[in-house]
Amino acid sequence: MRDPELHEPFHDLARQRETDRFGMWLFLASEIMLFGGIFAASIGLRVVHPRAYVAASQALHLWLGTANTAVLLTSSLLVALAVEAAKSGRPKRVAWLFIGAALLGLAFAAIKGTEYWLEYREGLMPGLSDAAIESGAQRLFMDLYFVSTGLHAVHLTIGVVLLLTLAARALADKLEGMTASNVALYWHLVDIVWIFLFPTLYLARPA
Amino acid sequence: MSATARLVVVWLALLVLLSSTVAATFLPLGHLRSGVAYGIAAAKAGLVLWYFMELRSEEGLTRLAGLAAFGWIAILFLMVAADYLARGWGF
Repeated sequence: MRDPELHEPFHDLARQRETDRFGMWLFLASEIMLFGGIFAASIGLRVVHPRAYVAASQALHLWLGTANTAVLLTSSLLVALAVEAAKSGRPKRVAWLFIGAALLGLAFAAIKGTEYWLEYREGLMPGLSDAAIESGAQRLFMDLYFVSTGLHAVHLTIGVVLLLTLAARALADKLEGMTASNVALYWHLVDIVWIFLFPTLYLARPA
Repeated sequence: MSATARLVVVWLALLVLLSSTVAATFLPLGHLRSGVAYGIAAAKAGLVLWYFMELRSEEGLTRLAGLAAFGWIAILFLMVAADYLARGWGF
């Protein structure tokens, strides 16, 4: 692992580290607010159309969504283990754990893509193939589903690219621990967003 | 407990919570259903924040930055819910 360098305007590494981490958390907070709008929309939709919301949720593929949640939680474990390996100065281990997490990210994308394909075939895709959409409220739910999972997939893709870039730098022994742990924070946030999307989209059932 | 063992235990706990929340969709929970689903989601997010995202070892300012967004979101949700839930009260 490369040793951290002191940059202007800091006088010591501890303060630089704390500022670095604080800035990353502020960025993550803005991401949380971005997804917050989507969750707020789901509250409105569910309060106004409780029955249609549940019916639309039941039409999704619960088991594929569940498998994807497990895949993402496991990728988060690998990323957390990579940060631990970075602390004990083992760049090769960091690289392989990041590659493993990136592969799980790609597995998530593959499962999500399969779901999109199934929804296209079943006629649940607004605008492209919507023969099975029974009501305006179900259309709104599917809009919410594709917008939220699509925005999540964009974040996941950025995360996979970051993880692979860092893995390459770790293999060349040019990775700083701070960079590794900030990217790790981003990956975990992608995981947290999914943790809340999962019950919002897949788990709505009759009261 | 070593750091690695702790992370693995947290991951196992996350998978147990995932199984519980899926199992709960098949139970007759009535009006508790959403509370259970989002309660379990919050527990999972809490584990990820505290252990994987290392809030347990951060300074106060960083913890505050990490948790502030959830506070703001709570305000957003409260306002949205207050609007939608109060419709039809006939003021």
